[in-house]
Amino acid sequence: MKILYFAWMRQRIGASNEDMDLPDSVNTVDGLVDWLIARGDGYAQAFAKREVIRAAVNQEYVQFDHAVTNGDEIAFFPPVTGG
Amino acid sequence: MIRVQEEDFDIGAELTTFCAGDTSIGGVASFTGLVRDMAPIDGSARTIKTMTLEHYPGMTEKKLAEIEAEANKRWPLAASLIIHRYGTLAPGDQIVFVACASAHRQAAFDACQFLMDWLKTDAPFWKLEDTDTGGAWVEARDSDDKAAARWGKPETAS
Repeated sequence: MKILYFAWMRQRIGASNEDMDLPDSVNTVDGLVDWLIARGDGYAQAFAKREVIRAAVNQEYVQFDHAVTNGDEIAFFPPVTGG
Repeated sequence: MIRVQEEDFDIGAELTTFCAGDTSIGGVASFTGLVRDMAPIDGSARTIKTMTLEHYPGMTEKKLAEIEAEANKRWPLAASLIIHRYGTLAPGDQIVFVACASAHRQAAFDACQFLMDWLKTDAPFWKLEDTDTGGAWVEARDSDDKAAARWGKPETAS
């Protein structure tokens, strides 16, 4: 799966995107976040306020109980501030 | 039509071309968003040196096209245009432009407001302000969620 990070999440994690194989135990966005947080401090800092983070699966906004699979493009980012 | 681009745009040229040749049009409304020179950060005003806009290529275009399609469903528009820039901008620079043309003015005015209100809460852009005291990401504002909600959009709590 491809995971993308934007704005201050990108800075805290230190990468704009990464390709990884999803473990069988991860089936939802929430599960993915838990798994990422366990990977290191940068992730823990990026996801510290999980309630404000927005998630998109295949470029559509989703709730955190949404399913994820290995072929997905998943993005995490702060609330948007364009315009 | 939507355009996501780094380069600047010419409002006059855009306004004449986006709806050219359609004599059913009775009114054209537009909005241009500019980079301000001051930002409130941690409760005090800071001078902005530059503003850098980051976006999510692919999803940005998809969301803007959806927002434009929604406006065209709600109002009888003869033409519509959204231009949004990314990259590093300076105070006074143009960031965003929306224009709507219709037979009557109310649809054009309303559709412009709608495009801006939904774009603010849905299009994946983020602003980083570089001020005299360092860089800071612009925080989303509840007032933007409320502005989008008045058009029937649910507020964006996940």
